[in-house]
Amino acid sequence: MTQLPETTERKLGLVIDLDTCVGCHACVISCKEWNTGGYGAPLADTDAYGSDPSGTFLNRVHTFEVKPENQPAMVTHFPKSCLHCEDAPCVTVCPTGASFKRSEDGIVLVHEDYCIGCGLCAWACPYGAREMDAVERVMKKCTLCVDRIYNENIPEDDRVPSCVRTCPAGARHFGDIGDPDSDVSKLVAERGGFDLMPEQGTKPVNKYLPPRPKQQSMGGEDEPVNLAALAEPTASGGFLGWLDGALDRLG
Amino acid sequence: MHPAYSVIFFTVSSGAGLGLLAFMGLGPFAVEDASTAFLLTAFGLGFAMAVGGLLSSTFHLGRPERAWRAMSQWRSSWLSREGVCAIATLIVAAIFAGLWLFFGLSSAFLGMVTTIFAMGTVWATGMIYLQIKAVDLWHRWLTPVCYLLFSLAGGMTLFIFIHALFTGKAGPELSSMAMVMLLIAWAVKMFWWMGANRAPTSTTESATGLGYLGKVRLLEKPHTGSNYLLRELGFQIGRKHAQKLRMIAVVLGAVVPILLILLAIPAPMDVLWLGLAVVSHLAGMLVERWLFFAEARHAVMNYY
Repeated sequence: MTQLPETTERKLGLVIDLDTCVGCHACVISCKEWNTGGYGAPLADTDAYGSDPSGTFLNRVHTFEVKPENQPAMVTHFPKSCLHCEDAPCVTVCPTGASFKRSEDGIVLVHEDYCIGCGLCAWACPYGAREMDAVERVMKKCTLCVDRIYNENIPEDDRVPSCVRTCPAGARHFGDIGDPDSDVSKLVAERGGFDLMPEQGTKPVNKYLPPRPKQQSMGGEDEPVNLAALAEPTASGGFLGWLDGALDRLG
Repeated sequence: MHPAYSVIFFTVSSGAGLGLLAFMGLGPFAVEDASTAFLLTAFGLGFAMAVGGLLSSTFHLGRPERAWRAMSQWRSSWLSREGVCAIATLIVAAIFAGLWLFFGLSSAFLGMVTTIFAMGTVWATGMIYLQIKAVDLWHRWLTPVCYLLFSLAGGMTLFIFIHALFTGKAGPELSSMAMVMLLIAWAVKMFWWMGANRAPTSTTESATGLGYLGKVRLLEKPHTGSNYLLRELGFQIGRKHAQKLRMIAVVLGAVVPILLILLAIPAPMDVLWLGLAVVSHLAGMLVERWLFFAEARHAVMNYY
């Protein structure tokens, strides 16, 4: 059914911290690893060891550079996957009913046995969250690891999306963004989490936390700290301290 | 956007074929004592172009064997509505044509339904593109209007050619109608092109949410090779070539056919000129449709 639910009981989604993400791509790899053996068809790679490798991924990390005025340029790593939008344009365009949004938790999924591979949903998504699998010829997208989060056969710690579980920096958070008292909602409120492309009217569930403002300078007034000097090995006190000083005095 | 040949051929061929069927639907009011050969050719060509286009459109599907499922979601999806409308048109038009051909019954009611359904199908095609908000160029009311007008102009050009083929003359009334339709369709299309240079709805700044810090630029792509998104949504033609191709489309699609139709009014070789007008118009439409995709920029490119 490609009509969107009026409301969903919960709004499960991700909160991604652009301040903390170090751009290691571990979430990309763990996503690929879990989802190539999980829900639906595997995520194919074509010409993986040839001259024109290409593959299906549900999560990708872009890296952007911003140049604020009177400050050095900032680098921001930017993981991007399906935002599980409340007004998901990818769902309503689907002619077969393969794309749907669940009323219980708001997850947007593809019923792959119904998908005709027309690609219209990928056109409708402004975020590029959907990729057609070159081998299965059906549309693939982030499932929010629906086969992990409710899976009672795995330890409770693991019942979060694979990307969240694997992130070594703790930059990815999973929870009910529709519940104002949830940890993720508090995080969004505290850090000023924002929507991507709000002007597209998709009402994304996933939120992004902005990079924290950079401190202007670590040293005195306008004096930059001499980091190289700080890295010089020093010894203080004791015999080694006396020796260090004595050798310095020798020139 | 990637210009898929199957979709270009589909929209051009089905557009003109459905336009022809729409005019045949008005036949009971306009055509007196139609010969069997005329009806057979006009309906035959209309069906062949409409069905040929629809079949071609299934070639761009990943799983064409499941295409029947596309009929189910007409409540929300314009692609589904297009499919339902196309099938309904073909069924009604087949009954209408059959009654006329074999029993000499030209039902004005069935004809009207054929016309309305045929135009409804073309309108639904245009609406598929209009509803893609992520493509600024398409997300405008003029998009389905252009599809409808081109279908009517193409159908009318085909109609006067077949009419001349079997009655010996297109006649000044039908010829001027075709010329006026060609003029209107291409004038609206040029108006559509004029709106192509508007500022984009979304930018890299709004796509990343980092615009409050300053100008954002991509430092590293997420992947070293290409991917589905870049192949499908990333294709865009340079402005220089787009301008030249627009000129070629207008000359082939409008200027040449109108001159040929004018030439055909007094000339003894009218059928030849009108046939060439049809060929030239369809060639212009193929260029126009290729550009429709190649000129369109998708919002996802803000991330690349």
